[in-house]
Amino acid sequence: MTLTATRELAIDIGGMPILVRTDSAEFAALLEDRYGSFIHAPSGDRIFSLDIDLIPPRTIEEDEDVRVRMESGCWIITRGDFRAEFDPRTGHGWVRQSPNPYSIDGVLRILHSLFLASEGGFLVHAASAVRNGRAFLFAGVSGAGKTTLSRLAPPDCEVLTDEISYVRPATEPRPTEPRPTEPRHTEPRPSGSGYVAFGTPFAGELARIGANLRAPLAALYLLVQGPENRIEPVDPTAAVRAVLRNILFFAHDEELVGLVFQSVFDFVAQVPVHRLIFTPDARVWELIA
Amino acid sequence: MTTYLARSKQVAARMLGGEMMIMSPRDTTLFNLNDVGSVIWESADGKTPLDEIIARLCAEFDVTPDVARQDAETFIQELAEHGIMHVSDRPITAEPPRQEPT
Repeated sequence: MTLTATRELAIDIGGMPILVRTDSAEFAALLEDRYGSFIHAPSGDRIFSLDIDLIPPRTIEEDEDVRVRMESGCWIITRGDFRAEFDPRTGHGWVRQSPNPYSIDGVLRILHSLFLASEGGFLVHAASAVRNGRAFLFAGVSGAGKTTLSRLAPPDCEVLTDEISYVRPATEPRPTEPRPTEPRHTEPRPSGSGYVAFGTPFAGELARIGANLRAPLAALYLLVQGPENRIEPVDPTAAVRAVLRNILFFAHDEELVGLVFQSVFDFVAQVPVHRLIFTPDARVWELIA
Repeated sequence: MTTYLARSKQVAARMLGGEMMIMSPRDTTLFNLNDVGSVIWESADGKTPLDEIIARLCAEFDVTPDVARQDAETFIQELAEHGIMHVSDRPITAEPPRQEPT
């Protein structure tokens, strides 16, 4: 008889811990290495959970896009390298994948985008950083300068991510559902836009997980590289279009798409959106305070 | 033949800065409606005939009936192709069954 011990790791992103269970000590170690400060010991509170079903590595259909659909009340998530199911009613699901960090990372991004859609938040292609207790987002497609700006961040900034930012309306946890694993707050905590940005382990070219903290969101900048550093106003409709263009959303579910659309309007109504024209020079941070 | 128009109930729409923005949840195409488009959109209640909507356009904007009709039909066809406007030769009282894109 072979005995295997199940490892449990709570990966806590955005104050929404997901308990990951695996029978493989090697895979658990890989997760600990990958998610670092975003891993907490499991607590007794209700959190989401995922069982990992490891399969041998195989040839991956690289061209296969991610597909997310709802079937019989469960989210079915497939990509060339994994298959996952998640039941939002029970908060439980499973992932079948080979032992690699990229598949589980994809599943986590998709699940968080689904969780956030119903909470008025979203994941967005943006770097983010905290300065003087306030968070700033820098949105743009690949090559817009997210990683460059993150590398140029001065010592008094904490980079939340250089690739995918986590945003949701600022709401206090309900008394019946305490979240002891909530990321630490930055100090001071000035009143913000009504939105909060969280650090994420979703890194881009910086190849370093973000700081695991949260801060009230002060502004979102749309990145444009140019010959000088300056900030320009953006009209609200252009802001909505730009934010929508940068949002990560995978599900072909009309109700959720409608919710994200409404969330972006609410966001633009409350969070200042500007265009940041910048040259790759640390002085650009003199404009961000 | 009388034509009737109805906004899809599934559509996501918001007014921002005096401009109506609507998105097709089916394919996430985003539309900004100008003043004329907004009048058509607001009038598309399933009960108001297209002829009456065109008369409203001519009354509100400096446009001839022929030009208004041509512009309206182009606009309506585009929205209908994205499943966010329904068109019928009789009043529309319920959301028509969804047609999957071919």
